[in-house]
Amino acid sequence: MDNLRKKAKELLESKSVDLVIGYENGTNGKARAVFIKDPEKTGKLIYDERCKQNLAVYLNKHEVKHYGRIAIVAPLMVMRSILVLISECQVKQENITVLGIGNDGSFLDFQSMEVVEKYISKIPLGNPEPDQVIIDKLNAMTMEERREFWQNELERCFKCYACRAACPMCYCLRCTVECNQPQWISAPAHPLGNLEWHQLRTMHLTGRCVSCGDCGRACPLNIPIHLLTMQQAEEAFHMFGVRAGTSMKADSALSTYKPDDKENFIL
Amino acid sequence: MEQFEPKLVAFVCNWCTYAGADLTGTSRIKYATNVRIIRFPCTGRIDFMLISKAFANGADGVIVSGCHPNDCHYTSGNFHARRRWMSYNAMLTFMGMDPERIIFSWVSAAEGAKWADIVNQSVDKIRKIGPFTEYQKLVQSGIEEENFNG
Amino acid sequence: MIPEKKIIDRVALDKLYESLKAAGNKMFAPVFRNEQTNFEYNPAATEISYSHIQTTQSVKNTVFPKIENLFRFESSQKSVELVQIDFTKVPRVIVWNAHPCDAAAFSALDSVFNWDYVDEIYNARREKLVVIGMSCIRADENCFCTSVDLGPGAVKGSDILLTPLANGKFIAEILTDLGKSIADENASLFTASNGENKEEVLAKVEKQFSHEKVTENLKNGFENSFWHEFSLRCIGCGACAYVCPICTCFDIQDESKAGKGRRLRCWDSCGFGMFTLHTSGHNPREVQSQRWRQRLMHKFSYQPDRNEFIGCVGCGRCSRACPVDMNILEQLVELEKLEIAAK
Repeated sequence: MDNLRKKAKELLESKSVDLVIGYENGTNGKARAVFIKDPEKTGKLIYDERCKQNLAVYLNKHEVKHYGRIAIVAPLMVMRSILVLISECQVKQENITVLGIGNDGSFLDFQSMEVVEKYISKIPLGNPEPDQVIIDKLNAMTMEERREFWQNELERCFKCYACRAACPMCYCLRCTVECNQPQWISAPAHPLGNLEWHQLRTMHLTGRCVSCGDCGRACPLNIPIHLLTMQQAEEAFHMFGVRAGTSMKADSALSTYKPDDKENFIL
Repeated sequence: MEQFEPKLVAFVCNWCTYAGADLTGTSRIKYATNVRIIRFPCTGRIDFMLISKAFANGADGVIVSGCHPNDCHYTSGNFHARRRWMSYNAMLTFMGMDPERIIFSWVSAAEGAKWADIVNQSVDKIRKIGPFTEYQKLVQSGIEEENFNG
Repeated sequence: MIPEKKIIDRVALDKLYESLKAAGNKMFAPVFRNEQTNFEYNPAATEISYSHIQTTQSVKNTVFPKIENLFRFESSQKSVELVQIDFTKVPRVIVWNAHPCDAAAFSALDSVFNWDYVDEIYNARREKLVVIGMSCIRADENCFCTSVDLGPGAVKGSDILLTPLANGKFIAEILTDLGKSIADENASLFTASNGENKEEVLAKVEKQFSHEKVTENLKNGFENSFWHEFSLRCIGCGACAYVCPICTCFDIQDESKAGKGRRLRCWDSCGFGMFTLHTSGHNPREVQSQRWRQRLMHKFSYQPDRNEFIGCVGCGRCSRACPVDMNILEQLVELEKLEIAAK
């Protein structure tokens, strides 16, 4: 943690960056995002197991982007999100400095984004173990049981869109659900509207989700919606052989193709 | 008892399947009348939300069809579409919605007979599965209950 | 009426619940499910939670449901026919075991829905509403009812207020005529009070700030840098507004198929970027700091001015629901401390 604070302070003092995004102690024992401009305040920075929010969500936020060059405390999921955002031309590589956090919580001093790519290429990627266990359990159910499971879960949704707001990849200025000519997705939070919304979210994140699970954590009603995008992340890897957030240049699974993609259902 | 006549919507591309369906007609091949054909510029344009909309508006089945791989008028539209359908099928299956009501096919402008076969097979299949009442139930639910019963 | 005090034990309380349910009332009571407690319609007496500190969602949807069907319409080439919903058919709803903050929130809703336009649909539901409150014997660090003129044993808004005693029995304060009619109909379930004192068992909730000072600072602090600094973290979701017992923003949606349809009133939030977006493309609340400011201003400045109540009952739900720890109590305390010169 001292290394992290030291580095953040150096970056701000030397004016190599204008803002540091990291974690600080929040209220009631929670950790939360902090935005530091003053090098003297870098002592606030922390990193421990409570720091789960995907901070990359702030990189596209108007008020934050405004600051210019940003250093961001980045455990694996944040690093991967940044790569997706760079590949989708949402943030500029030269504006981002990654204050890496290893899987063991140690500070990793990355000199460039290429080094970040190299680091990620050496790490086994996939869904977090506990989530994958639930996904496997769901996949072992019958179609009927799964439908019932999702209907019960999605019925509760009241469409606060915390899932969308928490996701770094959901950056559209105007989401499809807000387009009303024509109205693609039923806006009210009735069962059909909820089903259509969560299908939309899942499809638009297929091949782009880095399995950080922040959508599920953000949900105030504990609906495990992160399982939908995580399952699709795994499916996309099996079907197309690519994972999101592994390179600055890669196209996402659904924005590219191979002439010999294999399916078994088209007549 | 009267036979159930399913309603099917077919989303087809302009360059292959639509022309193929035209050929079916000019060749005077008869096929089931349960299908309403909607023409699109390319399978690459056929968003999954169109399928949702079709079901929400009372379709019992959906056919999606376009040019064979490598034959796309725009070179790659159908390749993109294929990946999208693969993902869509995976999602539906995970959400417990059997994708059996959606039939995907490649039908070229020369395959008038294949188009007739696809439609006839699809209508038979959906007829066996029956009306999509679960989805209609979903469409109807959530409002009246909130008001007085919930 | 003059409030009466009676005693009811747990067995009798369950009987009261069952008898009210059996009489055809729609009961709205808290149940623990999916790792959180929420109000549900007509649960079994055995399912009801009495041990939670706060439910995740408020009870506002009894009078302001997340989707309200305002009317149906049917249009042909020549005309449009409106079909009104018969709101006289709204059943009597009994909110069971609502904490004093929730009970008090109804009077705030009343004043919003009758402020300028008198909302018949809201009033139709409100008139059929009975509130059986439950004093809090436990609170957590997010609760701040005492800072907004309420308290763990506040009687405001309840028809009957129960207070659990250490011996497992409950004090029942019969506060309104409606409450009295329920108590009278089930008189055999109650026993006389022996001067039990609820103050002894109530949760201790320290007063954390002066809402008068907050209101004053808000009036002079519209342009303060506080807003930018304290809202950078906010991601602009609607979780706080949707769980709030007083937030009443809504959005009108028409849903129709082949000329037949319905007009729906759905929950909305001033925290959403699209909330104030004009068709011209101009957005008067362009960035999140302005939207967050609107949320606090509305609750602690505009509503006290306009509707003569504070738009907050200190239930702490928004702080608990927030995915990024935008803690409203922390912010109000900071706002109180701000040194802003009066204009």
